Amino acid sequence: MRKYQRRNFVKGLLFILPWLIGFAVFTVYPIIASLYFSFTEYHVTTKPQWIGLENYKKLFSDVLFVKSLTNTLYYAAGLVPIGLVVGLVLALLLVQPLKEIIFYRGIIYFPSIVPAYAFATIGIWFFHPYLGFINHILGFFGIDGPMWLSDENWAKFTIILLSQWGAGGTALIYMAAIKDIPRELYEAAILDGATRWQMFKKITFPLISPATLYYLVIATLGALQIFDLPQIMTEGGPANSTLSYVMYLYRHAFTYANMGYASAMAWILFIISMFLTFLIFRTSGRWVFYYGARR
Amino acid sequence: MLGKRAKERLRLNIMRLLLIVVTFVYILPFFWMVSTSLKADQDLFLIPPKWFPIPPEWSNYKNAIEYFPFFTYFKNSLIITFGSVLGTLLVSPLVAYGFSKIYWPGRDFFFYLMLSTMMLPFAVTMIPTFIIFKKLGLVNTLWPLIIPSFFGVPMHIFLIRQFFNTIPDDFIDAARVDGASELQIYWKIMLPLSKPILLLVGLFQFIGSWNNYLGPLIYLTDEEKYPLALGLPLFLDRYGTHWNWMMAASTLAIIPIVIFFFFAQSYLIEGIKLTGLKE
Repeated sequence: MRKYQRRNFVKGLLFILPWLIGFAVFTVYPIIASLYFSFTEYHVTTKPQWIGLENYKKLFSDVLFVKSLTNTLYYAAGLVPIGLVVGLVLALLLVQPLKEIIFYRGIIYFPSIVPAYAFATIGIWFFHPYLGFINHILGFFGIDGPMWLSDENWAKFTIILLSQWGAGGTALIYMAAIKDIPRELYEAAILDGATRWQMFKKITFPLISPATLYYLVIATLGALQIFDLPQIMTEGGPANSTLSYVMYLYRHAFTYANMGYASAMAWILFIISMFLTFLIFRTSGRWVFYYGARR
Repeated sequence: MLGKRAKERLRLNIMRLLLIVVTFVYILPFFWMVSTSLKADQDLFLIPPKWFPIPPEWSNYKNAIEYFPFFTYFKNSLIITFGSVLGTLLVSPLVAYGFSKIYWPGRDFFFYLMLSTMMLPFAVTMIPTFIIFKKLGLVNTLWPLIIPSFFGVPMHIFLIRQFFNTIPDDFIDAARVDGASELQIYWKIMLPLSKPILLLVGLFQFIGSWNNYLGPLIYLTDEEKYPLALGLPLFLDRYGTHWNWMMAASTLAIIPIVIFFFFAQSYLIEGIKLTGLKE
């Protein structure tokens, strides 16, 4: 290293030092420690006891663990695609050149910053089987509404549905992406006699694919960690049908003080998250299109 | 046949109609909340429901406040949120500067390392982090919810760095030639030029801390230390069948967010352009 390089190296490190310390204390150490805990029996008040792969073996014969994992995959399989469609449709509506569009944007975006804990309480009442708004409306049309959160076949779906009130955040990202598409592309397409659907399929959708990639990664990681809504609305019930992975992990860690077992769960979640993120990035070369990028 | 203009006008009006319907759907749960919060007990069970409770039953709010120490929770939420916003605004831009305006070997390595930590699930680090704070004797205080922001928040560092990168180096090089130190450049040139992104990052941190539920749930046990995130679910547990009180408490919990949103919405909605996510 030359002298000025060395000087810059020191300066650079000094500026990032706070993050570097935080990284060591709140990321590197916890990752290693939780890996170690996952091979131990550890109840906080006593020292961790090495038990090898015992926690992992127990997990796969733990009915609730398997249930929480399949529930979480169900949440992800619902939340990610439905959230994408709702977010994208909202964005397509919210870029229309109407004078009062700011008003719609504000109202549709607002619920996405309302905290889940507040939304959960409203949601329970909104979807209440007998007194809730939804079943009143369904009843008005002569439909006998389901029990929603009280029916184990409907509960997860109700949570997925309720989450769509937060789709304004996704819509915002898509709006920015759509507004960035050069107008000439559409003008050329119109001259060639393209229909609106063709323009969406051939121009809009490919050109917003970077936003889709971002959404898929964030939404998948978020769905795998779903906690707030089911924890507050159902506490996992009925019949554990809404019990999510992180809820079960939380229960072992902080209700039963079973830190070793919970750490093994944390590591399995870590591996699943990395695998899915890797999968999304791996396939992205085939469908993500960067306009004007050199290839 | 319709002319081109008329066709476009028709299309826009269809869009408008759709938007009005969608907006109505997005506003409904809040309308239902406020409406319920003003209903008398016996009106809760009316079929069909009363849309507008007349006369409004204001006593629900009095009852809610009696059992729901809104101001204690509100105060704790404010402390956590302002502490974290302060930490983020003090530290994240500093780190971003080191990742943007100083050219040093290894910088990209550390930068990508930081980006990769953004994908780390909170659950993975949650348990050892809890044990660290337990050993420090900080469990059941608000500190574990504030301290981490003083070590820089990767997402925010990333956003600020993107913004810093758009500021030309010429500015800074000129100042360096004049003998300004990096800290002076950071403080006197970069920060004043970066107000929009700092504002946006501050708002993001505000929302993140205000809405955080799992963090307080892990660390806090005393009810007088609860933020709204724990207070509202606690009220639901205890008085959940008094739907009108419950909705009054929910309305109270949401009013600060409405006020926040009223002032912040244009920055939040337009601010997405600053984040560079569109690229």
